[in-house]
Formats: sequence, C-alpha cells, structure tokens
Amino acid sequence: MNKILSSVAKTSAPEAPSPTIAIPTKSKAKSGALGHLIYVLRENPVTALAFIMFGVMVIAAVFGPYIVPYDPLATDSDSVLQPPSFSHWFGTDNLGRDVFSRVVVATRLDLVISVAAVALSFMIGSFLGAIAGYRGGWTDITLNRVLDTIMAFPLFVLAMGVVAALGNSIANIIYATAIINIPFYARLVRAEVNIRRNAGFTLAAKLSGNSDARILAFHIFPNALPPMMVQVSLNLGWAILNAAGLSFIGLGVRPPTPEWGIMVAEGANFIVSGEWWLALFPGLSLMVAVLTFNLMGDGLRDIVDPRRRT
Amino acid sequence: MLSIKGLRVAFRTRHGEVNAVNGIDFDVAKGERLGIVGESGSGKSVTSYALMRILDAGGRIKAGDAIYSGIDLRNASERDMRDIRGREISMIFQNPRAALNPIRKVGHQIEDVLRRHSRATRHNAKTKAIEALEAVKIRDAATRYEAYPFELSGGMCQRIVIALALACDPKLIIADEPTTGLDITTQKAVMDLVDDLVRARGMSSILITHDLGLASQYCDRIVVMKDGLIVEAGDPVELFTNPQHAYTRKLVHATPRRIGTIRSLLPEGERSDLEPHIISEKPLIDVINLSKTYQGKSGPVHAVKKISFTIHEGESVGLVGESGCGKSTTSSMLVRLLDSTSGSIFYRGEDIATLPAADFAKHPLRPKIQMVFQDATDSLNPRFTARQAIADPLYRLMGMRGDDVIERTKELAEMTGFPAHLLDRFPHQLSGGQKARVGIARALASEPDFLILDEPTAALDVSIQALVLNLLADLRSRLGISYLFVSHDLNVVRLLCDHVIVMQNGSIVESGPVATVMENPKHPYTCELLSAAPQAPERDIA
Amino acid sequence: MAARGTSVLTRIAQAIPVLFGVIVISFVLTRALPGDPAVQFAGIMATPETIEETRVKLGLDKPMPEQFVIYLGQLFQGDLGQSVSTGRPVVTELASRLPASLELTLSALILSCVVAVPLGVLAATRPGSWIDQICRLLVTMGVSLPTFFTGVMLIYIFYYLLGISPSPLGRLDFVYLDPPHVTGFFLIDAAVDGDWETWFGALKQLVLPAVTLALFTLAPIARMTRAAMLSALSSDYIRTARAAGLGSGRILYGYAFRNALLPVVTTLGMVFSFVLGANVLVEKVFAWPGIGSYAVEALIVSDYAAVQGFVLSMAFLFVFLNLLIDLAYSLIDPRFGTSGK
Repeated sequence: MNKILSSVAKTSAPEAPSPTIAIPTKSKAKSGALGHLIYVLRENPVTALAFIMFGVMVIAAVFGPYIVPYDPLATDSDSVLQPPSFSHWFGTDNLGRDVFSRVVVATRLDLVISVAAVALSFMIGSFLGAIAGYRGGWTDITLNRVLDTIMAFPLFVLAMGVVAALGNSIANIIYATAIINIPFYARLVRAEVNIRRNAGFTLAAKLSGNSDARILAFHIFPNALPPMMVQVSLNLGWAILNAAGLSFIGLGVRPPTPEWGIMVAEGANFIVSGEWWLALFPGLSLMVAVLTFNLMGDGLRDIVDPRRRT
Repeated sequence: MLSIKGLRVAFRTRHGEVNAVNGIDFDVAKGERLGIVGESGSGKSVTSYALMRILDAGGRIKAGDAIYSGIDLRNASERDMRDIRGREISMIFQNPRAALNPIRKVGHQIEDVLRRHSRATRHNAKTKAIEALEAVKIRDAATRYEAYPFELSGGMCQRIVIALALACDPKLIIADEPTTGLDITTQKAVMDLVDDLVRARGMSSILITHDLGLASQYCDRIVVMKDGLIVEAGDPVELFTNPQHAYTRKLVHATPRRIGTIRSLLPEGERSDLEPHIISEKPLIDVINLSKTYQGKSGPVHAVKKISFTIHEGESVGLVGESGCGKSTTSSMLVRLLDSTSGSIFYRGEDIATLPAADFAKHPLRPKIQMVFQDATDSLNPRFTARQAIADPLYRLMGMRGDDVIERTKELAEMTGFPAHLLDRFPHQLSGGQKARVGIARALASEPDFLILDEPTAALDVSIQALVLNLLADLRSRLGISYLFVSHDLNVVRLLCDHVIVMQNGSIVESGPVATVMENPKHPYTCELLSAAPQAPERDIA
Repeated sequence: MAARGTSVLTRIAQAIPVLFGVIVISFVLTRALPGDPAVQFAGIMATPETIEETRVKLGLDKPMPEQFVIYLGQLFQGDLGQSVSTGRPVVTELASRLPASLELTLSALILSCVVAVPLGVLAATRPGSWIDQICRLLVTMGVSLPTFFTGVMLIYIFYYLLGISPSPLGRLDFVYLDPPHVTGFFLIDAAVDGDWETWFGALKQLVLPAVTLALFTLAPIARMTRAAMLSALSSDYIRTARAAGLGSGRILYGYAFRNALLPVVTTLGMVFSFVLGANVLVEKVFAWPGIGSYAVEALIVSDYAAVQGFVLSMAFLFVFLNLLIDLAYSLIDPRFGTSGK
C-alpha cells in the first residue's frame, strides 16, 4: 500500500506540485487546453492569421477614433474625389473626407452591431433551445413551430421587414439581425442537448442526485458549447454582412456616419465614372472582417473536432 | 490458394507513419476455414482490407507478398483487382445495415454486382438476383428484392450482404466480424448460414473475429494476432487445450464458457481466492406485476408485461435476453429513471414504484439504488475528469465537502483498482477498462446496497472483461451489495450470478438458480439461447 | 410506395400551418409599426382627415382579432393594399416585377449549381489536389464576399475598365424594345418571338448580376457537395461496393453521388433563403426592375404597404421553393417520411 502511494506521489509530482488537489485540476485543464490551442495554431497558420486579424480589428474598433489621421466627418472642398495618395491612403470622397479614416472608424460600429446581435441571439436562442431539447414534448413542438415560421422567411427579407416595422435605427438593425439568427442557435442547442438528454452521463448524473436544472447547466450545456462557439464565429461574419447589407439599402445607419455598407453604397454612385476607391476600401474591409470570422470559425471547428474538417 | 508472406501495412497519420500490421505470414488452403482472432487494434481487419486492396486513404502495403492462385495481389493493377473482388475474393462486413447503399433497392445492389462480373445480362438480372437471395434462405425473395435496407432487420441485412458477396461464386470469402451488433440467436443463424454455404460450395473462408469461442466453432485453423503480429497459429482444439504463447493463454482463459469459475477467467498465477458472498433470506427488492406500456404510432407497445421477481440481500441476479426483450426498460424502472405503467417495486418493504422518477433524485433512497452503465465512454461526461465524475455523487448525495471528498475519492479509486495518478485525466485519455472502473467507482460512491449492472462489459475486450467481472465479484464479497446483472450472454451471467431470469418479448419465460437453468433449461427459448452461444472446446480448468 | 405518396401529401399539408404563421408574423409586423399605423399607411403627405380616413379604411379602429380576420380576407382576395407612392395596388406592382426577379434568381442558381456541384465532386475525389485547393479558396472567399460589393467591383471592371458589358441599368438597354409579354422572362419571350438581337441584348444585361449572385451561392453549394461527397465516399456501403468489384464510375456516380445529393438538396433550402435576400441587394446595384428594388424604393419613401406586401410574397415564394426541395428530396430518398424527416 505504502509502495503504491509513494509511486503515485512520484508520478503525479511534476504535474501537480501543489498538495491541494481540487484547484490544480482546473488550472491544469486550462493550461492543457491552452497548450492544445497553441499547438493547433502552430499547425494551422491560416487560423493563427485569422486570430491576429481579429486582434487588429478589435484594436481598430477600440482605438480607431484616436489613431486616424483625419476627422472622419470633416469635409474639405479643396480635395474632393482624390485618388489614393501619400496624404490620403485610401483617397477622399465626394465631400473631401478621408476614406481611410472613415474605414477605420467604421470598424467600431460594424463590430458593435454584429457582436451585440450575435450575443442577443446566442443568449435567447440557446436558452430556448436548451429547454426545448431537454424537456421535449410540447415545449419542443411549440418552439419548432415558431422557428419554422421565422425560417419560412428569406432571412434578409425578414430583417428588412422588421426594421421597416420597428423603425429605422441602429438598435433596430441589431434586433432584426438577432431575430433572424435566433433559429440557428436554438436549433443547434436543441440538437446538441437532445442527443445528450438520454446519454449515459446524463442518466448517471441523475443517479448522482443532480436536479434537472443542474444537469442541463453543468453537465449537458458545457458539452454543447464547442459547436456553439464555431457557430458564433461563423455567425459574426454573417451578421456583419447582414447589417452592412441593410445599411447599403438605406436602413439603419444614416449618413454621414461612417459605416462600411453605407460607404459602399455611396461609392457605388461613383464607380461608373471610375472613382473606384470610394467603394473598394470599405468593401474590402467588410470582406476581410467576414473572412476573419469565417476562418476563425473553421479554425475553431478544427480545434473542437478535427474529424469534421471540410 | 492464398499465401501471405511478411505482410506489412502502414498508415500515414498526422503523427507520422503508424504500422498496423508488422510482417505476418499465413496460408489458406482450398476449402480451408481460417480464423483470425485478436482484440481491438490487433490489425486483423486491416490485414483483410490490405488483401482486397481496399485500405482507407493513407494506408498502404509496405512490404511482403500476397499471392492468390498465382496472382500477386500487391502489384496487380486496379483493373485486375476489380475483377478479382467479388468474383474471386469476396467480403462480408460488420454493421450490415451501414454496409448497404441506403437509397438503392437491395435487389438492384445485387444486380450491380452480377452485371459487373458478367454473371447476368439486363434481361435475366432480376431472376439471378432473386436466386442469389434465395440462396441465403431469404423467404419471399421476390418481395425482398424490392426492399430498401432501412425496411429490413439487422439479421436480414446481413443475409443480403452475404448474398451480395456470394452472388458471383467467389473462391474465397472473408468475413470481418460478421455478427457484431446482432443478437445471439441471429448471430448463430448467420454463422450457420455462411458455414453451410462455404462448405456446400467448397469455398475457402477467413473469419475475422474477437471471439475465440466463435472462431473455434467455425474454423479449421486459427491464427491469433496481437499488435500487428501473429503470436500463435494452430488447430482450435490444440489452441484451446494447450496454448503456447502467453497472450493466447490469457485470451483462452478470459473467454467465458460453460464451465469454470469467475477466477478461471484470469491468467493462472493471478487467481487469488474469492471470498464467498453471503446471501440473506431477507428480500431487498420485490418486484410485483411490473409493467411498462409505451404509446407507439400503431397502438400501445407493451415493453414489459407484468413481471415479478425477488432479489435477496447480498444476492446477484442475472437478467438475460436479446435486444428488445424489455430488460433495459426493466432496469430503468428499477433504478427509478423511468416511471412504470403499473405494478410495484418494494425496496425493503417500501413501494418505490409510486414515486415519480423525476423527483427521485431528491429521495433519501437515491443513494441506495445505483447503476453501472453499458457504455463506459458514453456514461462519462467528456468534460469531467475521473475525479470529478467520482466526486459528483459525493457532493450531491452524501453532502461531503472539502478534504472528505478527496479522501473518499481516493479510497473509491483504490477500491476499484483505478490508478490514483490518473484521477485528473479526462475520459478520452483513459482506456476502456479504466473508464469502466470509473463508472463502477461512481456508482459505489453513495454506498448503495443495490447495484444494477447494465451490460458493463459489453464494449470491452475479453481480457479486460475478465478483470472487470472479477473486480465486481470481489466488491460484492467486500461490500455485501446485491446485483442485478443485465446481459445477453448466459455464459457471463453464470459466472457472476446466483439466480437468473430469462426475458423474452417483455415477459419472464424462465427463472431459477443459475446452475439449474444452465444445466436443465425448461423453456425452449432458454435452450435456444444456450445453444446459440459459441461453444469453445472444453479444456482442463487449472 | 404508397407510404411515400402519403408522406408527400403530409409534407404539402405541413406547409399550411407554416403559411398561416407567416401571415401572422406579417400581420404583427404591420401592426407593430412604431406610432400610429394609420399615419404610416397614409403616407408622408397625409392630413389629419386622410389619416382618419385611412384608419377607417384599413379597419384600424376595430379590435385586433377582427382586424386579423379582415386582413386574412383581404389576403385571400389578393389584396395587399395600395402603394402610397404609385397609387396602384401592391399586388399589381409585385406581379409585374416578379418575372424580372425570378429570371435573375433562377439564372444565378442554375449557373452556380452547374459550377459548384462538379467542382465539389472533383475536389472530394481528389483531396489535396490543385482543384481541391481552388475549391477551398473559392468557398472561403465566396462566403466572405458581400454581394453588393462584388456587384460594384464587377461593374467597375467589366463596364468601366474593359467596356465589354452594357451599362448596369435594368434588364434591357433602351435601344431595344421589351419583347412581347408571354412569360415575363425576357430571354424566353425574346426567343419565342424569334428576336435574337433583343435576346442577346437581354442576356448581356443579365450576365453581370447573375454572376454576382452566383458567386455568392457558389460557396455553400460547393462546400456542401464536397463534404457530402467525402463522407459518402468514406462510408461502409462504398467499401462493400469496392469489395464487390464494382467499377469506379458506378461507385462514384451510382452510389456515392446519389447519396451525397441528399444533404446538398437540403442545403439548397438555405441557399434559396440567401439568394432571395441577396437578390434585393443585387437588384439595387444593377437597377434591376424586380420586386427587390421595388421594396428598396418603397422603404426609402416609407411606403409600408408595399414593403409588407413584398415581405409576404417573398415568404410565400420561399415556402413554395422549400416545398419543391422536399419533393425533390422525396424522389431521391426512399426513407422520406418514414422516420424523423
């Protein structure tokens, strides 16, 4: 017995130097996950690049207004429609505003809209989905009917209708984007919870004396989180596209607020006369942002489940 | 007819090349039935895929020769191989339902093969396909011809797969775990069918299986594989009575059979004396007229029909039956995960069947009735370490906190033989046997006196099964708990249980002391179950 | 076989509650207008009298359930209200503009399927090859491209720089006359009329917007085809087929591809949703006179009846398309309607 114990102590020593056991468990799990993350990022430079680009975007969103060379709203009638130059990297628009400054400053608004919308739909969707998936029966059927009805609309069109009905404001763009995203989360969580509802470990947790709420919150939901994170990442890209699309057709954001979608819309009027920079740079930023989220999503999918690579 | 020399197979993976088969030699003579036996990961299936040259992407034959009737299988062109597959060498797969194209009529799938090998023309293909179905004793073949795989039972699907494989009269048939996932009586029917056809047509066969008993019953010669190598080859009786290699000995011992004790599953030298367990006269569980009826789409489904039985304190009762017989429903009701439709379950005289299953988690009797689940992987939360899994009932049911939990977890791990230094690992970092031990430790954490064991060894290799069964026997002697051991395998039930209940279609068809039922079965279904179990050649029990 | 027929009928019946739900949501959206709906419906130029008139005309002075019944009744008569900006019934406006939208959407879908499905199959059968890499690149770029931005850039390149495409204004250059109305699809109508010059003119106008939309839908279809093909090729029944010596063509197309089609067809539902949404943006970019650009114009002038009519008719169209998808699915999959589906 003593021999066994001492050998146990020896082998576990390098892993868990602290004598209290409960706490190192957690920190070790975390460092393990972190180590895995670093390993995966090293294996997938594309994913690493996506994370770096995401970092750049966050910096632009937070510090954008303080680091840009020009006031994004300041017009200058002396330099109207200037092509990109050293003093105006992305050129100037029809009112002489610096396109580069406007593109950078717009990051914050676009990110805020998409993050807020996705956060809302994540919370509402996963709450509804988790309850429906776990309880089954009428709750499940009712939720499914409601989701079916939402999904029966082409989603962008529904968003148009919602904004038209609620009123043309940025907050309503967020609500509309959230509403059309809820079904994705609710369905995903419902499916993830449903397959685990009768899994061995759920039954075992019941036998161990856990209440239903506890089982759902601490046993089932954490297992459904990884696929959710993938969905969140992919969804952020889609939410940005959606919000930009709405402002492109004149909903939500109003000029002269710098926002990528509306900037492309404004630039589109000048494209037929050859002033390409007005539309190109905001459009490219939009594309890079969506690409970043999509690549992050794909990368996360690889981290979560290497078998589902596509 | 088939000669394999120095065969090596390797797979490219993310972590470099992994060898699955490390140089094996064997021959198959004309008309010979060869068995390849090994536990999971031994390279037995990969060998057969390599012969057919249908290895998954990344796999390749690294070295060695495979000569079939003078044809070099390793270097034959893909076009030649296509002619050989199905016409010369055929294969039967495990998981028959997945092995058939789900959206094509089974008859058409057979026609595809017949026409590929010019055994039929467009005009007579249907007749020939129906003949092929009749050859595998499918009744009403003309109707079955029109069926899709999802409309057929697992056993029926396996017959179709066999018909497909035999349609073009191959000379060699390779059966890769053909009965995994099938019920024991279906298993016997399928094996008998294949065996009859092989003999009648004078074919050679290779049976790949993890079950030494099955192989010895249906093969003329057996090779035993471990870690990509052949450790021993020979005649089945010889192999069973006088195994030479240590691994073969271990495997032979671990294979459950009609005689011997639970300790004889273990290698000699590791067999300590088993402490006897004491059975009291007092009933612990009294089940009276227990029923469960589900509302199905086409009327009510009676899963369990008015069953009654008693489990005494300290007694172990085996509940035996095939899938769909109601044994899982019964155990779910006993452990209070499922509400019964009618009837009573008395625990020490208190009727617990009347308490709703949904509220039982908070009932004072919850700690006393526990369960070990069938699939250890599925029953452990992937995000909980072994320690957290074992500690969960301690927190929730025993009200323990802090150091007490740490102490008790360690104690439980030690009791179930789970290495304490692995306690902080997650399930995917543990082996099958270790996961099974965590499952047992968790069930024991709340100090139950009634434990339901739901096929706890079904997913394990036989050598691990031997260890787990012995652990369960030791725990019973030490803790004095009662077991309800749910299983499809009478040979395993016999080893652990005092009393056995046989269920069929929701009813108990026979029950009695294990020895009586095994030696003198009364009900025809019990006889069928007993005769369907693979019979290993008898040997001296050392 | 009879079971399948029943399940097809069941599927059609299932569309009815969905349509009802769509009408309810549409009704709620109409009444959820901030402020007084009567004010909104009466338009910007309304006086208090006209507002009151509108209120009575729309039945807005009645209780909600009664309003809903009236709304339903109007819908059944094909009445979606009057457009404030043009003064014509919304239904007439939508009906006259629908063919333009459909022509654009369908050409884009056909174009993207014709490219994406073979691309996905090729990529799946040659994993790691250059075609696989191209497929991955297209898929990743494709889903990240904002349609309206692609459209604008294509105009810049092909109209401004290269000058090979006509000016991006509508379905037909003003030098041509609209072909006589048969189906409303210019390509078909012109062909029926035998007026190949107009046909060619319409095609030239159609190419850029159709390509823009197709680029957007290419990605999800190619991605799903590739994934479905990969998973079909690694399934057990393919191994059985290989072990039986079936030829590679038979295995690839007869076995793997038909099975892979199932998830691809399912994905088409989502693709339709995207394409109908993106349609609005593309129509705006190319000044395409479809229902999308009609809705955008209506939005700008706060012509709510027109917007709601547009949303409702798009939803009906989408429900109908989904029905078609499921019916196509039932043709491929014998299991249709037997289990969870």
